[in-house]
Amino acid sequence: MAEIRVNPTRMELKKLQTRYRTARRGHKLLKDKRDELMRRFLDVVRRDKELRVRVEEALQRAFASFALASAVSNPRMLEEALMLPRHEGELSVSYRNQMSVTVPDFSWQENAAGGSDSYNYGLAFTSGELDSALLELGAIREDLLRLAQLEKETQLLAEEIERTRRRVNALEHIMMPRYLAAIRSIKMKLEENERGNITRLMKVKDMMLAAQYKEKHQFFPDEEDA
Amino acid sequence: MYKIGMIGNSADVLCFLPLGFSALEANDAESAITVLKNAVKSGEYAILFITEELAVLIEEEIARYKDLPLPAITVIPGRAGGKGIGLASIKRAVERAVGADILK
Repeated sequence: MAEIRVNPTRMELKKLQTRYRTARRGHKLLKDKRDELMRRFLDVVRRDKELRVRVEEALQRAFASFALASAVSNPRMLEEALMLPRHEGELSVSYRNQMSVTVPDFSWQENAAGGSDSYNYGLAFTSGELDSALLELGAIREDLLRLAQLEKETQLLAEEIERTRRRVNALEHIMMPRYLAAIRSIKMKLEENERGNITRLMKVKDMMLAAQYKEKHQFFPDEEDA
Repeated sequence: MYKIGMIGNSADVLCFLPLGFSALEANDAESAITVLKNAVKSGEYAILFITEELAVLIEEEIARYKDLPLPAITVIPGRAGGKGIGLASIKRAVERAVGADILK
């Protein structure tokens, strides 16, 4: 592991300790964020999965009805009948903030002329099967929109969880241990300096005492004997 | 205001025309990529449905727009029937987030 190389001074020690505290707080916050994101994600995924299974089944039924309708009618006639949309409308999108992830919300506004059972084709040349096929398909439009929304939410949340998890791991396994190692090495270096200083002082003191002793004996050589 | 696009072959998109979806016809991978790119670039579409047959061919292209808030690209089975690609994409998202598929 690459170590952080810094001068072993008290100033650097203080700086590193502050950074370590920030990293620890950030790590805790990100871990909480990841847990909450995961909880919401699993909820969204379950709903998404259920809805998808339901929509796919409904689509198969609608396609089967279409197959029946196209079997009993002239293909060109069918194309002509379906060319114009039965329901014209617009999709409005609003955004919602889901744990700092911007998630779109879709809603369909119909500029409908006529009721939901109005058709944009003449009934004379088309079959009843087509009507029922369209009815079946029309019934799942809301589900299709919700499916698109849930699927997008799933993807966006998955991306955010992945990113948050990487951050948490980077802080936990790389940044924080590096800071701790650097702090420890600086502390040890400072202690070593301190010990060196004390030893030096003791040595100087000894030398001074020895010098004093020597001086004393030089002027009063007989004092010791007496 | 946005539109909903349906990318698929002519038979598939025809069924969705009456719902008010815009038809974006494509018959092979190349045309599907062009159609998808143009649709995203135009910024008119908030939702793009794409049939499974085409989605398997242009998976990489679809993945490029995965992390953008719009458009939502959703795979749905075409008239030929579903191959479970939509469920597989949910599975992939779970694996991406959790690290393992826990929804078995």
